[in-house]
Amino acid sequence: MAGDINPMEQFEVGKLINFQLFGHDVSFTNSALFMVVVFALLALFMAGGLKRQLIPGRWQVAAEGAVSFIDSMVNVSIGKGGKKFAPYIFSLFFFILFANLVGVLPLAIVPGLHTFAVTSHITVTAVLAFFSFAIVLVVGFWKHGFKFFSLFVPHGAPMVLLPVIVPVELISFLVRPFSLGLRLFVAMTAGHILLEVFGSFVVQGLNAGGPLGWLVSLLSFLMIVGVSALELLVCAIQAYVFALLTSLYLHDAVHLH
Amino acid sequence: MTDLGAMYIGAGLAAIGIGLAALGVGNVFGSFLEGALRNPSAADGQQGRLFIGFAASELLGLIAFVVAILILFVVK
Repeated sequence: MAGDINPMEQFEVGKLINFQLFGHDVSFTNSALFMVVVFALLALFMAGGLKRQLIPGRWQVAAEGAVSFIDSMVNVSIGKGGKKFAPYIFSLFFFILFANLVGVLPLAIVPGLHTFAVTSHITVTAVLAFFSFAIVLVVGFWKHGFKFFSLFVPHGAPMVLLPVIVPVELISFLVRPFSLGLRLFVAMTAGHILLEVFGSFVVQGLNAGGPLGWLVSLLSFLMIVGVSALELLVCAIQAYVFALLTSLYLHDAVHLH
Repeated sequence: MTDLGAMYIGAGLAAIGIGLAALGVGNVFGSFLEGALRNPSAADGQQGRLFIGFAASELLGLIAFVVAILILFVVK
């Protein structure tokens, strides 16, 4: 028990502007606000890099590096015919990366300001994952028709084993959107809970006072610094893994194995 | 034993899975490093597979974490 500090409180979605549409609650929430912030940062980053100078400045090099990073990932993972999915993978990767990084900004030092990690809600990550899965299905059936079902029959599998292999492959295919969305959501949630728990140790140690309390606070603070560094790594890895797995699934849809 | 006590024991048992996933993730990176040191020129081409292996083994630990959270906060 973390005492008075509830580690789940940071994930609460609150209404900022109340708004009703045809009897549905479509209020502007803090989650929506931080999505707008992420979008604005991303648009700023790309707009600054799209000046097309002959001799690129630092900003343009950064933007070109971002584009060529996604481009090479798409080329390696999807292969031939993957170029047209590069914009989707790019948006996916950078939206998730920026949302993760904005979520761990330590702005809560300023009283009343509290960053919200958009990707720590399964409603957001599941929509992203379902988008990826829907694109895989649409592309697969568009390109191959009913031959797309041969995805569930591995090459060279003995006929005797097919009644076992096909259901297993089918289940592993259907589970993809859930594992994709769940991974990102849980990784971000776990990191934020960990930071909050150590933060509550700092507060409680200072409240208790005495040399032992200060020692606990100091150690917890050092732990927060370390875990924050690890969180930055996790932010990048989770965004990379999401984009990489999406492009691998797209490879299945485009090339059927 | 009270229900609350049983809940906490269950959440603690679920947390064992997170430690086991840590073994898996360590194994993925350790094996990669072992192979990469033997043939450094081939290491860069395998980074995609490294992260796929990492994602697959990490997911199971995260699911264990979800079970612990469900026991603590959702089950009433």
